[in-house]
Amino acid sequence: MEFLYASEVLVNGLMAGVMYALVALGFVLIYKASGVFNYAQGVMALFAAMTLVGIMEGRVPFAHLINALFGVHVSHFGWTVPAFFGIALTALIMVGLAIAVEKLVLKHLVGQEPIILFMATIGLAWFLEGLGDVMWGADVKVLDVGLPQGISDGIEAATNDWLGYGFFIDRLDIWATVIAAALVAGLVGFSQYTKQGRAMRAVADDHQAALSVGISLRFIWIMVWSIAGFVALVAGIMWGTKSGVQFSLSLIALKALPVLMLGGFTSIPGAIVGGLIIGMGEKLFEYFIGPMVGGATENWFAYVLALLFLVFRPQGLFGERIIERV
Amino acid sequence: MKMKLATALTALLVAAPAMADLVVPNLSYRTGPYGANGTQYADGFNDYFTLLNERDGGIGGEKIQTPECETAYNTEKGVECYEATKGNGALVYNPLSTGITYQLIPKVSADKIVLYTPGYGRTSAKNGKVFEWVFNAPANYWDGASVAVKYLLDQSGGDLKGKKVALVYHNSAYGKEPIRTLQDLSKKHGFTLTELPIDPPGQEQKSQWLQIRRDKPDYVVMWGWGVMNQTAIQEAANIRFPMENFIGIWWSGSEVDVLPVGEAANGYKSLTFNGVGTDYPVYDDMKKFVIEPGKASQGGQFVGSALYSRGMYAAVVIAEAIKKAQELAGTPAINPTQLRDGFEALDITPDRLKEIGLPDFGPEIKMSCDNHGGSGMARLQQWDAAAKQWKLITEFTAPDQDVLNPLIAADSEAFAAEAGIKPRC
Repeated sequence: MEFLYASEVLVNGLMAGVMYALVALGFVLIYKASGVFNYAQGVMALFAAMTLVGIMEGRVPFAHLINALFGVHVSHFGWTVPAFFGIALTALIMVGLAIAVEKLVLKHLVGQEPIILFMATIGLAWFLEGLGDVMWGADVKVLDVGLPQGISDGIEAATNDWLGYGFFIDRLDIWATVIAAALVAGLVGFSQYTKQGRAMRAVADDHQAALSVGISLRFIWIMVWSIAGFVALVAGIMWGTKSGVQFSLSLIALKALPVLMLGGFTSIPGAIVGGLIIGMGEKLFEYFIGPMVGGATENWFAYVLALLFLVFRPQGLFGERIIERV
Repeated sequence: MKMKLATALTALLVAAPAMADLVVPNLSYRTGPYGANGTQYADGFNDYFTLLNERDGGIGGEKIQTPECETAYNTEKGVECYEATKGNGALVYNPLSTGITYQLIPKVSADKIVLYTPGYGRTSAKNGKVFEWVFNAPANYWDGASVAVKYLLDQSGGDLKGKKVALVYHNSAYGKEPIRTLQDLSKKHGFTLTELPIDPPGQEQKSQWLQIRRDKPDYVVMWGWGVMNQTAIQEAANIRFPMENFIGIWWSGSEVDVLPVGEAANGYKSLTFNGVGTDYPVYDDMKKFVIEPGKASQGGQFVGSALYSRGMYAAVVIAEAIKKAQELAGTPAINPTQLRDGFEALDITPDRLKEIGLPDFGPEIKMSCDNHGGSGMARLQQWDAAAKQWKLITEFTAPDQDVLNPLIAADSEAFAAEAGIKPRC
């Protein structure tokens, strides 16, 4: 029975890893194309989820500000928007955000050191956090796009018949796995088989060379930030469905960091494999070792695991080896 | 240049509270991972003082100022807020954070300013002989743990022998507070206690709930805050843990904790030491003097919620202590030392609560020089998902003081020895 318990933990760890990988993907996309570690990726997930709830519930954006300035009491338009249209509209808003980020921030920092761009994304994170609160309020929002939650009865019954112990698998995790797989397949297909995707890879390989063959760096940046915005929306939907849309959603970025360290900052498959290893590793460590050391090991163990991998592969499992000749 | 200086000086004078006013800084958090909780509490706290200012002209003719300072539930920021505001004539602080409270205890003791931590903070601060400037009535965490166990005893026909209880707790100073008491209570009543820490903020709890699913405890008790609460209740629903056997402390019992879980949260229980909803006469005045004239904090959007009500209750107790202090001192313009005396002479009876317009809203609060924690009584509420309302399901219950008093004495005496405090009273 102990083996079955451990197997259940392992499967759930893999599922949790997929959720981490969803966040890590956004980081990878932007880093790959522009060499920028986007500190704001977690806040983008929060902002996207808040916007989605706001649109679906027909909330008036900036209602608090409007009420305070004009002495009125507005909160909702009085309509609701179906999830599909809400997601489409939010994706469009994330494209708008990508354009704004390029025009207002990145354009002015072309040629600057990566650390400057990183600092700019820290500023962007704080700005987006405040903007989200002012637009939609800081209350905990319920996000329901129709994704099921709770134990999968079918898997529980099947494993019970087969193994004598019914496994717990959350239906939301199953959906997250399917969606993450589709997302990765879509992203890989896009980067391999489309003109824009190839241009994106060219920019990732060498900015100067890409510019010399007529690829617009600014267009690529807008495109990459838009895709990262969409990935943030997907991550926001998954995590927001799980525990409500609230500020803490932005902190899921902390779970993505060890995934990136392990998988490499430049590899989409690396984000997925890194997520799976982190998810599985932290859950198994908590199961076997946690009780001996007082529990709550998951947050720090993820980083320990990533650091262990870094000792042997500093560029991460799938990262590109950087050779600099002096 | 002179003009600019004069303008800046005028602005500063306007921003700072008038020195004659009663200053009760509101160390709130409306941002950060716990902002959704902190903002409701802060609104209730502000609105009650606004009501007193608008309806009664303040307390004893003195207006009350509640300058806000954002802590983001961050201990360093909380201490900064304290340092930034204490020079403005601050009478009392209520930071709504156990971490900040621990840092402020030595500071308020040195500065001689009252620290009021209702339902949170350092439990042994109940001992006024050691903690002269700290008050935590009506109930503390150990009271909460004891009342929860008493309720479980009731549910189990008076016997918890052989039962299994799991404690799911926020892995912080706050979450660890009840452990010692629950361990002692488990020895006394013969139940097995499993402790399951969750690292804040607590969005990922799968391991802990898989363990609960395997161990099959009879009851789960939770000390959570913020997103940890919603996630725990969702995970409990996911593994089909019976909600009626899942009990949270009062900080795990607000609307924001259960609404995201929807129908699956139905039946979840939590402790509370204050009423909820707007079915109290005080809200007639609140509507007339605060909400309708547009003076409510954030437009009054959270009026009547569990955390709004708790923030308001904290303000009620402080206001009553100020009133008592004014009576004792014979002057409306009191200082923190006089307010301490007011707290120690405080007696909020059921009749007084009725006069305030909050009948049966909280337990009787009677404090003294040595008792800064009141009776410790609390009650249970249960979530009705269909009505989206908390329903009170028990009367106020007294904790097991036979177990708690020795623990409080031991902890506070150890602190006194460490800090070189000579017990008073």
